[in-house]
Order: sequence, then C-alpha cells, then structure tokens
Amino acid sequence: MKLSSHVPSGPLEQKWDRHCFELPLINPANKRKYQIIVVGTGLAGASASASLAELGYQVKTFCIQDSPRRAHSIAAQGGINAAKNYPGDGDSVRRLFYDTVKGGDFRSREANVYRLAQISGQIIDQCVAQGVPFAREYGGLLANRSFGGAQVSRTFYARGQTGQQLLIGAYSALMRQVDKGGVKLFPRHEMMDLVVSEGQAVGITTRHLLTGEVKSHFAHAVILATGGYGNIFYLSTNAIHSNVSASWRCHKKGAFFANPCFTQIHPTCIPRSGNYQSKLTLLSESLRNDGRVWVPKKAKDSRLPKDIPEEQRDYYLERIYPGFGNLVPRDLASRQAKFQVDAGLGVGSTGEAVYLDFTEAMNRLGKKSLSEKYGNLFQMYEKITGENPYKTPMRIYPAVHYTMGGLWVDYNLESTVKGLFILGEANFSDHGANRLGASALMQGLADGYFIIPSTITSHLAGCLPVSEEKKHISLRESEKESEERLQNIMQIKGSKTAGDFHRRLGNIMWNQVGMIRNKTGLEKAIEEIQNLREEFWKELYIPGEQSNKNAELEKAMRIADFLELGELMAQDALEREESCGSHFREEYQSAEQEAIRDDENFCHVSIWENKQNEKTWNLHKENLDFKEVPLSVRSYK
Amino acid sequence: MRLKLNIWRQKKDEKKGCFESYEIANLSPDMSFLELLDQLNEQLVQQKKTPVAFDHDCREGICGSCSLVINGNPHGPHKGSAACQLHLRSFKDQEEIWVEPFRATAFPVIQDLIVNREALDRIIQVGGYVSVNTGSAPEAHSTPVEKAKADEAFSNAACIGCGACVAVCKNASASLFVAAKLSHLALLPQGQAERKNRTLKMVKQMEREGFGSCTNTGACSRACPKEISIHSIARMNREYFKSLLS
Ligand SMILES: Cc1cc2nc3c(=O)[nH]c(=O)nc-3n(C[C@H](O)[C@H](O)[C@H](O)COP(=O)(O)OP(=O)(O)OC[C@H]3O[C@@H](n4cnc5c(N)ncnc54)[C@H](O)[C@@H]3O)c2cc1C
Ligand code: FES
Repeated sequence: MKLSSHVPSGPLEQKWDRHCFELPLINPANKRKYQIIVVGTGLAGASASASLAELGYQVKTFCIQDSPRRAHSIAAQGGINAAKNYPGDGDSVRRLFYDTVKGGDFRSREANVYRLAQISGQIIDQCVAQGVPFAREYGGLLANRSFGGAQVSRTFYARGQTGQQLLIGAYSALMRQVDKGGVKLFPRHEMMDLVVSEGQAVGITTRHLLTGEVKSHFAHAVILATGGYGNIFYLSTNAIHSNVSASWRCHKKGAFFANPCFTQIHPTCIPRSGNYQSKLTLLSESLRNDGRVWVPKKAKDSRLPKDIPEEQRDYYLERIYPGFGNLVPRDLASRQAKFQVDAGLGVGSTGEAVYLDFTEAMNRLGKKSLSEKYGNLFQMYEKITGENPYKTPMRIYPAVHYTMGGLWVDYNLESTVKGLFILGEANFSDHGANRLGASALMQGLADGYFIIPSTITSHLAGCLPVSEEKKHISLRESEKESEERLQNIMQIKGSKTAGDFHRRLGNIMWNQVGMIRNKTGLEKAIEEIQNLREEFWKELYIPGEQSNKNAELEKAMRIADFLELGELMAQDALEREESCGSHFREEYQSAEQEAIRDDENFCHVSIWENKQNEKTWNLHKENLDFKEVPLSVRSYK
Repeated sequence: MRLKLNIWRQKKDEKKGCFESYEIANLSPDMSFLELLDQLNEQLVQQKKTPVAFDHDCREGICGSCSLVINGNPHGPHKGSAACQLHLRSFKDQEEIWVEPFRATAFPVIQDLIVNREALDRIIQVGGYVSVNTGSAPEAHSTPVEKAKADEAFSNAACIGCGACVAVCKNASASLFVAAKLSHLALLPQGQAERKNRTLKMVKQMEREGFGSCTNTGACSRACPKEISIHSIARMNREYFKSLLS
C-alpha cells in the first residue's frame, strides 16, 4: 500500500486556502442525505459534531460518559495557544508554526502545523462568540500569558479551567444541534468495532454501558475523536475511562498507527503517595512561569525545605538552561527531574519528587496576585496533599500526560481506511515527538471546528453507495464479532482482577517504555508484555453479567487492547534508534545527557500496519521534508 | 486505618434498594474516597461478589461524574469540593460512613450509586448557548468585556453539572444549575440577543423535568463543589420576571 499524505502543492502559506477551494462541495440540500458518526465528545468530537450538523449533515454522536460535557477535555487547565499577537510581542502565524515544528523536534508534517497556526486565531473568535469567559485585562480585552517553551505570550486561558470552558462552549453548540435534530446523542455507549465494507468505513458497533446491548450503526463516514492512550501506563493524568480501544479496533480493521512510542511525560504533577493510587493529578505548567524548580545539592537531604539555605539548593533548570530557565519544554523538564531523582537528590517521603517554589514570586507579586493567577491550582494541591503551597514549596514529579502518537492521517485527517477520519489527540498529526503546552486544545478545536467540516467532502462527494444488502451483512457481522469477543472474555473465569493486570502492565511501560528507554529494556518489555497478555487470557476474572452495568468488564476490554498496544509501543521505541523529543534512548545521548537526533535515518513518521489476524506489524515510513524550518539541533541552552 | 461503610445497593430495574455494610481495613489517610471504593470493589471481585457501581472519571473535581451523598452531604463534608477530591484524612479511624446516590425525582437511580441526570442536558439543550455557527464569529477583540463581568460570568460558568444542588435541596430544585447557566450568558455581551428567550425556555424545561421550586434555603450553594453563589438564583428570578413582562 502506497501512503500519500495528500499535502497540497504550492507555497506553504497558500496550501490550506487552495485546498479548501479545490475540495468538492456538497449541495446544501444534499447534505442531509449523509449520515456521519462522531465517536467522542471532547473538544475535537463535540466541535466536529456541532459544526457538521450546522452544515446540514445527519450526525450521530457517541461517548462513554453519561453526558457529552464530561469528556476528558474538561480537565485541561492551562490554556490554548493562538497567534493573535495581542500583546504585540512579536508573535505571528509563522512564529507559532516555527515553535511547534521545533518543539516537536522535527518529527511533524510542516504543512499540517502551518495550517494549525493559521487557524488558531479563528478558534479564539469562535469561542469568545460562544461566551467562553476567557481571562481579561482591566481594559476589557483578552489576557495572554506565556506557556512552557514559548518566548511570546500567546496563551489564552480561563483561570485554571480552560479545557472546561472550551468544552462547555463546544458542548453547548452540540446541544443546540441536538435540539434542532441535527445530532442524535448516544451517551454511555462504548465503541466496540469499526464496520468496514469493501475497504470503506460504513459504521461502528457499540455496547450500551448500562444494558450491555451490542448494536451496530450505519454511516457514510466515521469520525473518531476518542482521545489519547496515556492510561496504558496505569497511572497517568488522563481521566479513568480514557482508553485506546476505539483507535485499536480501527487499527485492527486497517487503520495504520503512527509513532506509537511518542508519549509526553508532563513535568508538573503531584507525586504518587501509595500503591492504592488510581490516577495522578496534573498541575498546570503555567506554574513554572512563577515557580522555581530546585533540589537540595546534597543527596538524601532530609531537612525541611525552609531549613535548606539558598546556597545549598540547586535550581537546576535555571543552571542548565539559562536562556529558558524553568520554562524549558516538557520533555527536558521531565527528564532533568528524573536525572535528579536517580542521582538521589529527590525530596519528600518517597524521594520521587522535586520542589517547585513560589517564595520569590510571593515577594515579587504578593499573595493576592499569586492567588488570582494560581489560586485554584494551589487549592487543588492542598486538597490532595494537605500542604499549603503559599507556605511550603510544592513537591512535583513527572507523569504520563499526552500521547503524540496515534492513528495515521493524511492532510484531510483521513486514515488508511477510506471514510474513517481521526481528530484530536487520537491522531498523530501535528505535534511530532513532543507537544508544546496549550497546543492540544488548539489542535482539537482546529480539527473539529475548521478542518473536518471542509475535508470530509473529499470522501463524501466520491463515496460509493453501499448496497442495502452488503451494508446489512457487514453490520450484522460486526455485531456478531463483538458479541463473541465479549463472551470470550467473560468466559475466562480465572482468579485475577483486571486492575491487577493493568497495574502490572503499567509498571512494565513506566520502567521500560517511559521517560528513558534502551534496547535491552525494550526487548525485555516486549517479552514481558507477551507473557502478561497470555496470562491475562487465562487468569482473568470478571464478575457479574454482560447484560448489566459491569465496570470490570469495561476495564478488562480496554486492558486487553492496551496489552497489544504496549507491545507495539515498545517495538516502535526499539526501532527508532535515536533520541528525539519525548523519545529518549539512553544509547543516543551526548556527554551532557542531551538527546542526539538522527535525521539521516529517522526523519520520518513510523507507521505500523497490523497484519490481518496476527499480532505482528509491517512498518511503513512517511519521510518528512523540512523546507521552511531548517533542520537544526533543538537547543534550549 | 479502618472504616465501616454502609453503601446503598440497588439492582438495575428494581424500584427499591437497601444499605449493605462492609468493613475495610489497611487504609491510608492519603487515599481518596473513590480509591476507597476501588479497594472495596477489588475485594468484592476477589470474593466473587458484585462490585458497587458508581460514576466517576476525572477524579479531580471537574467532570461532574461522581455523585455520592456521604454521611448525608452531597460530595461529603468539605465545602467547594467534589466527592473525588475527598481524602480519608477527613475521617476518623473506625468511623462509620453512609454512602448513597444523589436522590431526586428527576434523577432516577439506575444501579447502586448511579443515577440518571440526563434532565440537566435537556435543560441546556433548549437554550443554554449562544447561537453562533462555526466560522461566523467576529474578531475576538471587537467586543471588550468589563473584567469584573467576565470574572463573574466565569464564576457561574464554572458549574460542573454534577447535580449536587438538586440532591441537597429539600424540594429537589435545579435552580442553582439553571441560574448559573443563565447568569454566565446574561453577564456577557455575547449572550444578550437570546437573553429573554433563553430564560423562558430553560425555566420552563426545568419545571417540565420535575425539579421542585426554590424556597431559598441556600443549601445548594453550600453543597456546590464550585461554590456558585445563591445570588445567581435571585438574578434568574429577576431575569424571568423581566422576560415574562416584556
Ligand atoms: C490534566 C490535563 C490537563 C491538560 N491541560 C491542557 C492544556 O492546558 N492545554 C492543552 O492544550 N492541552 C491540555 N491537555 C491535553 C488535552 O486536554 C487533550 O489532549 C485534549 O483535551 C484531548 O481532546 P480530544 O477531544 O481529542 O479527546 P478527549 O477529550 O479525551 O475525549 C475523548 C472522547 O471520546 C470518548 N471515547 C473514548 N473512547 C471511546 C470509545 N471506545 N467509545 C465511545 N466513546 C469513546 C470519550 O467518552 C470522550 O467523549 C491536558 C490534558 C490533561 C490530562
Ligand atoms: S470524578 Fe470528575 S468530578 Fe468527581
């Protein structure tokens, strides 16, 4: 199979406009003849559903939660980027593009990133018009702040709840279409399978999470906006129900998976406190604007932070990266924290943490202004740890947060299965090997509000009518297949819980496929995951019945897919013999522990094709061409 | 530490349920309340019993999924937090704890601690938005918004749609939920065009869904994990009468 990214020709600045002009149009009266399925109601899915219904398509929207408003996007805190240049500090579309390509360590597609930067401003317009209450200056204009890795202030925010406010905006636009009859909602439905007929996506099969009913749904196009797969690590900042299953089912039906090993580990999370821990909580990295990161200079220093004098503290980010200081990109900040902890310099009861200190900011800004900026984050920290960050430095440690990898898409956001489009965190598209802060919300909304409503016609205008009979057969087959999968897993009747397998898989992933990787570890991980998978299919126990609310069954189905993805992630990391962005291979580093990228051999997207009915993969490569941002060593020193 | 839990158990499709008691030991005070339920469920599964069903997702007080009444208080004892933000350090060793679902006529129990809150979505559906199609928005800076108003709009928009206000209210009124949405949009210039219609439609839908009326006890505001002010309800009432008269 020959992969084409379908990037339009012509100068970078004109590609998107030109493409929009060349895309086929569908007559307004004909639009309602097309049914479109959208899976997911996060920023990407909700905005796509609303926008497509506004255009006149018949949309069916599915999500796991009881209400579309509860999708994982709700938890995003820090903000959303846009190249508005309101502060007049030199920002532009080109600079946002440049920063994103460089931040992604030259592993993303230039044309996609440029389009994202171009669209970013419109997103803010749209959200403001919907009534999203962004932070404002006293003069009534929108406020901006700078965010990890950026030297300009281009991040729009709504206190520490930006994701919530943007999602409420998209959700309300969605509900407006539900009221108008353009969208039919299916909450508490989990996608079990993609229905493919003659190489074309024609629907999905779902399980109703309260009744267990397995049912397939027809559509002329399927849009997947089901988020990232960070929960494979067991502990992550993702919501508990975030999963890879929707993507993985599509992968099994022919959608190729790109760069699965690119996982972002976020530097500012609350460290875990014990084995019972079910998830980790992120603290927005906007905190790094005013907080200073440090560890004691002496290993195993057990003094309270206030008793450690200035000269015995190592503000290591400021020391190593004088230009960017505490604002270096996430991968660098995370890795450096791990180096400190590995050197025995970690703090707190587990020794797996570093300090984030606000003393200097308190003196400079005062408590009031600090609490205006970070009040809710400080409160959140205090609720979880019982400690007051106004008085004592926070303890932070990196945690899995975001997955840059995902299903491969072309410029139209279409996967390798015709008629299957992937939006938001679920696709691999724009962030390369590392995502900049406040860019996921931007990408999700760009995909949903502005890209898919235009590009979907590339498929719809040419899609072949599916005969009623064929349609019927493939939908029924998919139902049958899903029911069999459910029966198989219910029938194992072993003695170990799904949670037990998840924790063990998480350990393997975190230790061997986490922040720092090497060949031996990755090979070992592959073997361990294969063994764990075998054990899972022999020893798992699920209580209750299929026909009820059954949280254990839901969990087990998701873990079954994670157990396959884990192997692919390790294989991808093994195959990529370089260090770039979030992917750090111990073998490829300089004497100063900086990543060494290999552009000669690895300047490509690794795209994995699942061999039919086998647990092995074929590797395809999409070569990346950097014409506008010359390949350079990413240096923040 | 060790706790005794009395948890509401109700089978799907059954009208009635009852409390069942569970003892659980070896707990850490740093554990969250939902992690306590996880631990209990893990034990139940190992004993081949049916685990307790409850809604949850973000576990950081923002998605509005968790919906537990703990010792008679929706979301538990603390002001301004959701049940998922509660930690065991808030309880005494050996304490007995009662856990129930959010109860209201408009929130039928589905199973154990899970209730149906779709009524809240239907209220938003009839008018909780600004009608602006994608792509038709004016430049964001063309309409300045007074900072104080934007901040107040935000405080109302912070509602997580959990329904604690309904669960705590003796009349099972959804007034705080509706008032928060109406206030959020009424305070912003973008919300003006549809202001009256929105108010009339949302208030009417609230009544249609079987929520009770407000008698101003203020319990909703005290139970609200986002501490949305009772003044919003007064604003809603003013808006409603103005809309009726004009
Ligand atoms: C704590 C936290 C803070 C963050 N802060 C920021 C920030 O400040 N700025 C920023 O830019 N990014 C941030 N991010 C990243 C960003 O929030 C996410 O990448 C983004 O919201 C993902 O949106 P999405 O629409 O792709 O998917 P999601 O919001 O994850 O939505 C997924 C949807 O798919 C549905 N779904 C999933 N699987 C299935 C299935 N099998 N069947 C049916 N439905 C399914 C779910 O129900 C849900 O509706 C943050 C992330 C976290 C974890
Ligand atoms: S689980 Fe999301 S608010 Fe409690």
